[in-house]
Amino acid sequence: MNEKVIWMLVEGIGETLYMTLGSVIIGYVIGLPLGILLYVSGKNGLRPCGLLYRILDFICNIIRSIPFLILLILLIPFTRLLVGQSYGSTATIVPLVVCAAPYIARVVESSLTDVDAGVIEAAKAMGASNLQIVFKVLLVEAKTSLLTGFTITTGLLLGYSAMSGTVGGGGLGDIAVRYGYYRWQTGIMIVTVILLIVIFQIIQTVGMKLSKKLDHRKR
Amino acid sequence: MIAVEIKHLTKNFDIEGHTIAALKDVSLTIEKGDIFGVIGMSGAGKSTLVRSINFLEKPTDGNIYVEGVDLGTLSERELRRMRSKIGMIFQNFNLLEQRNVLDNVCFSLEINGTKRREAKKRALELLKLVKIEDKAKAYPSQLSGGQKQRVAIARALATDPQILLCDEATSALDPQTTASILELIKEINEKLGITVVIITHQMSVVTDICKKVAIIDNGKLVETGRVEEIFNDPKSDAARELLLGNKISFQPLKKLEEGRRIRIVFRENSAYEPILSNLILKLQIPVNILKADTKNIGGKAVGEMILGLPEDGGQQADIIRELKKTGIYVTEVSEIE
Repeated sequence: MNEKVIWMLVEGIGETLYMTLGSVIIGYVIGLPLGILLYVSGKNGLRPCGLLYRILDFICNIIRSIPFLILLILLIPFTRLLVGQSYGSTATIVPLVVCAAPYIARVVESSLTDVDAGVIEAAKAMGASNLQIVFKVLLVEAKTSLLTGFTITTGLLLGYSAMSGTVGGGGLGDIAVRYGYYRWQTGIMIVTVILLIVIFQIIQTVGMKLSKKLDHRKR
Repeated sequence: MIAVEIKHLTKNFDIEGHTIAALKDVSLTIEKGDIFGVIGMSGAGKSTLVRSINFLEKPTDGNIYVEGVDLGTLSERELRRMRSKIGMIFQNFNLLEQRNVLDNVCFSLEINGTKRREAKKRALELLKLVKIEDKAKAYPSQLSGGQKQRVAIARALATDPQILLCDEATSALDPQTTASILELIKEINEKLGITVVIITHQMSVVTDICKKVAIIDNGKLVETGRVEEIFNDPKSDAARELLLGNKISFQPLKKLEEGRRIRIVFRENSAYEPILSNLILKLQIPVNILKADTKNIGGKAVGEMILGLPEDGGQQADIIRELKKTGIYVTEVSEIE
């Protein structure tokens, strides 16, 4: 393996991390409030609102039912409008976020649903407002489960970012497709796969360790 | 002075199109400084009743007055402020699992906008009051049930409430821990003058610390009054069932049947007299003691006995007459099966 290939791989790692982290962060900026809104407006939420819940629920389900590869192509005009081009790693973040946000919203909603109803009732009895309950009770009590959700989502987006390689998305997936599939250079493809596995393992291990460490429920 | 007044409270729940009446026209007055017990079998509606006092459950009909204020007329904001003046503790403690003991107590102060440093100081004082200051840095998962309830009490008291609501607060605890928590609640009532409302299904909790009691059965208030009055002379079936456990039920005194059983309750003066010995010596009729117990009711020792009478109807009537003459309470009991 020559120096050129190594540099290409290093660049690929950088692009992959950029896409994954970028889409996770922006995804949470959109998905976290969306998830909170889903929980709050839900049937057993703090302020049930059937109409709002049904609208959000519908949007989430529609986007989540479109396969990522199709979403990637469907969103090309939108991506071009937003980023100016439809290829490269920055452009890939757009479909990744669109795909991740509803998924994150669901994960957040389910984490919040798991918070003990008794604790919420206690907070209400103390005179807490809904906003205080969300920020001081729900998000704090659910932090372990939220962090687990974050880890799983990051892993998922790592995989999707690699998938975007098929349409020139950049990163390790792009390299694997270009060299491994189009040029029959199996060696490079195997290396990229191993690198992806290593990155995935690091994300998974760090995330799980962190969520365990921050959990005060069992010691 | 009246702390809580409940007027014609009715609460219905709509569950899958069916309307279930949890409370039917309940009216109650709780005096300031009282320890007021609300007792009933599970499903009787007592939890709904206590949640109506701080409007966690909004009445379908009727009014709740706390310190003279009609809760139904308050805005959401005013209601939240009112709630911070009503402390509440629960069967499952409901502590924040991800916060340590000190921060749990600070939580109720954080909500009403107290500054962090001030809140911490107040929290430490309260942890001292409930005798658990050495666990300030521990997390709830490291505490026993009794310790958790102490923290919950400290948290409920942090905002200087006038009223403390206890929803089955000792039901998840063993008898010894229950006694120590009840002792603490009594101490708080005496020291701080806080009105306490205790919801329970255990008669022992009521007889241990309550001054007054209301008995709820099937959503209705069936009997209310001073604890010793109801203990001595229960009038409703629900009260009798709760006093003796559900295996035995009372029957009206009129029926004369073979092998009758009666429950007698000794008043404070008669507790020192050998009433039973006198009775047997006088009438020359044997009686069978089936159960005997002494209870501490409002600081007074009260004796309770279940007697089995001989089969002769005339002798039974003699015994009951003699017992009533001495001024003790007599009620007839019989086993259901």
